[in-house]
Amino acid sequence: MTAAQTLDVAAIKQQFPLLRREINGAPLVYLDSANTTQKPQVVIDAMSTFMEQSYAPINRSAYSLAAEATDCFEGARTKVQHFINARRAHEIVFTKNATESLNLVAYAWGRANLQAGDVVVLTHMEHHANIVPWHMLVAEKGIVLRWVPLTADGQLDLSELPSLLDGARVFSFTAMSNVLGTITPVQQLCAAAHAAGALAIVDGCQYVPHNVTDVQAWGADFMAFSSHKLCGPSGVGVLWGREELLDAMPPFLGGGNMIADVRLDGFTTAELPAKFEAGTPPITEVVGLGAAVDFLTGLGMANIRRHEIEVAGYAMQSLTERFGTDIQLHGPCNVEVRGATFSFGFRDIHPHDLSQVLDQRNVCVRAGHHCAKPLMRLLGVNATARASFYLYNDTTDVDTLADALDSASDIFAS
Amino acid sequence: MPGLEDLYREIILDHHRNPRNRGELAPPAPHAVGHNPLCGDEIDVYLQVENDVVVDVKVGGQGCSISQSSASMMSQAIKGKPVTEVRALVRRFKGLMSIPDEDGNPIEPDPEVKLGDLEALQGVVKFPVRIKCATLSWNTLLDALAQA
Repeated sequence: MTAAQTLDVAAIKQQFPLLRREINGAPLVYLDSANTTQKPQVVIDAMSTFMEQSYAPINRSAYSLAAEATDCFEGARTKVQHFINARRAHEIVFTKNATESLNLVAYAWGRANLQAGDVVVLTHMEHHANIVPWHMLVAEKGIVLRWVPLTADGQLDLSELPSLLDGARVFSFTAMSNVLGTITPVQQLCAAAHAAGALAIVDGCQYVPHNVTDVQAWGADFMAFSSHKLCGPSGVGVLWGREELLDAMPPFLGGGNMIADVRLDGFTTAELPAKFEAGTPPITEVVGLGAAVDFLTGLGMANIRRHEIEVAGYAMQSLTERFGTDIQLHGPCNVEVRGATFSFGFRDIHPHDLSQVLDQRNVCVRAGHHCAKPLMRLLGVNATARASFYLYNDTTDVDTLADALDSASDIFAS
Repeated sequence: MPGLEDLYREIILDHHRNPRNRGELAPPAPHAVGHNPLCGDEIDVYLQVENDVVVDVKVGGQGCSISQSSASMMSQAIKGKPVTEVRALVRRFKGLMSIPDEDGNPIEPDPEVKLGDLEALQGVVKFPVRIKCATLSWNTLLDALAQA
């Protein structure tokens, strides 16, 4: 356990080469970490050093260099195991990204276990990655989707949850909305799923980089997250699943590494986790993910969360004070149930135009539907701007954002 | 970095604030919907074509200042024009946006085709992400013409 402490954001920023970059003589204000995060020097170095010194195939060659590479790769798996408090290292499956992780569950578990009429419950705040794979099973198998609605302040409306879950086979939900910033009561939702006899699948993409994660305390069955949202490289994602579920499932992709034996008349699968890791994995990226996990663990996930609560509170207070009803911040007002990700509307300026103007001040925000079109329709908008803060952002970044918003008003004032 | 004044020219902002030819045309008027999957913007284009002339056009949907003003200027530019001239204008406009032809070659500007106010959108090319915004209504127009 790391002792509670305040993050030294200035020192942290110095560890991210890209954040030291200036454009047109001014520093970059990167507020798009819900999309993807910048990389600290330790991650860049870990990947370079691995490629310079230890790179070799993993799990399939006898020479000592290959054994060394395998140790680096499997070492990262153990780091990830501890990072999310999984019971066993082989419950950690490396994928291409969190989208593939969720697809893996829907495809491999879903196709083997779901039949026409079986109910899968989702929520109105899911990312497309936790919607479309299930829509594909609607088309293929005739499963039925039910949706947990939202309250006016962008939390899950759990008043009808028992009846929505009644007879359901799966409850798949996000731990934190990539649009609203809402943090959901994961432990309670897992318990409700299990009480109804359903599996609990957690999309941890937005939650894991910002909070202490304990999949055993949650009581979840599967959990997906990605490396690139937690200071690691893109190209690798994680699926965690309970051992007995992963063991009982058919494989996902077929090929090298995932087999115990292949004959002319068939094959048998390898043990976990190789069973779900067909082909050469993103070896260097997995090593980079391990370094990112070390970096975050060193800072302390509880400290990161505490810092983001502070930034989120400041952002809500200062933006509201400064712009009043000209800014519409979506999602909960209570920092205890939200992260530092803010979708917003500003006057009647389209988010695309807004982000273009903010870019003149080097303020990087996302504009669009954030891969959550059903939620956008509920909010009654085609798009929002989204500012998302991370461990390398502080309250001065909020102020820079606010100043840049002022300049947008000047251009689009009618 | 190119300046915003290249993008947000006054005439563009005027079309954004006061879009021309907004509305719908009742079926069976040719109607196409265009989506920009990047940002979720949607544009509706309705046509009334008689004797190979676009006698009326209406534009609906939501979008950013660039997509809305481009649609507005487009509607002004094509109303009352023969379909062949409209198609030539689409080609000329795509050339202005640095979009290559079907074979991947640059579209040479046809001096016969006048762009008028649409010239104001030339600055969009300096902001490559916004080219899709500017061309959304034009691609939707082609879809609607295909139904006419």
